[in-house]
Amino acid sequence: MDIVKARNLVFEYIRRDEEGNVEGISTAVDHVSLQIAQGDFVAILGHNGSGKSTLAKHLNAILYPTEGTVWVDGKDTSAEENLWAVRQNVGMVFQNPDNQIIGQVVEEDVGFGPENLGVPTKEIWERVEESLRAVGMYEYRKHSPNRLSGGQKQRVSIAGVLAMHPKCIVLDEPTAMLDPSGRKEVIRAVRGLNDVEGITVILITHYMEEVIHANKIFVMDGGKLVMEGTPREIFSQVERLKELRLDVPQVTLLAHELRKKGLPIPEGILERKELVEALRGLK
Amino acid sequence: MIRDITIGQYYQTDSVLHRLDPRVKLLGTLLYLVSLFCFHNPAGYAVALLFLILCIRLSHVPFGYMIKGMKGIMMILMITILFNLFLTSGTVLVSFWKITITVEGLKLAITMALRLCMLIIGASLMTLTTTPNHLTDGLEKGLRFLKVIKMPVHEIAMMMAIALRFIPILLEETDKIMKAQLARGADFESGGLVRRAKAMVPLLVPLFVSAFRRANDLAMAMEARCYRGGDGRTKMKPLIYAGRDYAAYLILLAYLVISIFLGRWSVMTELLTSL
Repeated sequence: MDIVKARNLVFEYIRRDEEGNVEGISTAVDHVSLQIAQGDFVAILGHNGSGKSTLAKHLNAILYPTEGTVWVDGKDTSAEENLWAVRQNVGMVFQNPDNQIIGQVVEEDVGFGPENLGVPTKEIWERVEESLRAVGMYEYRKHSPNRLSGGQKQRVSIAGVLAMHPKCIVLDEPTAMLDPSGRKEVIRAVRGLNDVEGITVILITHYMEEVIHANKIFVMDGGKLVMEGTPREIFSQVERLKELRLDVPQVTLLAHELRKKGLPIPEGILERKELVEALRGLK
Repeated sequence: MIRDITIGQYYQTDSVLHRLDPRVKLLGTLLYLVSLFCFHNPAGYAVALLFLILCIRLSHVPFGYMIKGMKGIMMILMITILFNLFLTSGTVLVSFWKITITVEGLKLAITMALRLCMLIIGASLMTLTTTPNHLTDGLEKGLRFLKVIKMPVHEIAMMMAIALRFIPILLEETDKIMKAQLARGADFESGGLVRRAKAMVPLLVPLFVSAFRRANDLAMAMEARCYRGGDGRTKMKPLIYAGRDYAAYLILLAYLVISIFLGRWSVMTELLTSL
């Protein structure tokens, strides 16, 4: 069953000048239709201003469609009575870890979501423990979030969402403010959730290395969904991605250039190992 | 500079006072502060001082740490003492040049200084032994009855908790902006008061902008996590009175009875002597 489904989703916002007069209407999301199956690891790519964050905010009913409909777990997000069910089912992790941690102690922050849902005290503790263990932050439960590294903070944010027992987690550029090791930490935690707990993951990112393990990739440009497919399908179109001002993983780019020079290497190589194998096979 | 102020900052250790329910500590502090202004005789001060010393010993917070935090209010203390000393009229004790010190002035200065010191130590003892979280929890639950008159108690407590959470983040940010502005030739150190105040503008504007942005992000993150006000919310760490809390209430009651008795007694002795 599809956990998330969007049909002809349009989101417009009105631009105003300094006096508040209407300057024009911008379309951030332009007739997007997509379906995401339960348990998938989906990545959404696109350069700045492509509308991917706006799309993500629709999945959690933070924004409502101007036109079209979004369904989460079969429920229309724009219906008021579905609001809390939608928000509980789709957890959101944002870019800046500092601006989404509410508690002054790690465990209290993770407990914030269940508290809001009215979960009994004993169960809150169970959920906090299991969520912190799932992201490998249990030893830090008594720490102040201010003392943690960026990667650790972001893992706490993920645990905070996890404690609400969502079916799907949307991560809106969770690694944009992290250093490479923090980025790895977070992605490892996210992949763990997808593999072990079977939670649907929707990852929005700039970093191509993070999406090669996804089941499916959506590429957005100018509010439109322009490409859709498996990582291999997407990354075999290097020229097209360049047109969209998107990077390609280094290995893929190297393979592509070698192929252009005449070496018989397949398109859409995603990992170093694959390239090595392909090059070995040439002899 | 802001980091140096330790007055009222939580001191991490384990003691009976630390484990006490924040509601007990809040009420206790309030009663203690009020009681300080009810005494007019030395016996009352002795009891109040004794009670304070007892609490300090129970708290396991080093006395030196408490005193260190008082440096910031030294000025206020000095001014209070000087004003009372020189500006109270009564029987003259010493008099030279234009300055006269009266017996009443001396007495008043000493009692006021003592009162202020006990007041500040008493109040900071509460914050030293209570985490900000506990404090806001205590306020929220302790003041719940104000909901009857439509006071948004939960919202106020939530605001306090968030403010406390963001203090270190905003301090760090201030530091960052300050360095960035210094690197561009801003001058925060020299000049008179007015110039220095003006120099703060390029610091405060970006700080406010970023604070609003953070507030916006946080509000969104909270909504995304199903925050919808205090109704229907459960607590991860609910406040429940334990045996020690009832004991503390009893001790508080005893202190109150003694101080009221002493106050009465002083009135009575005054009456007797006047007869």
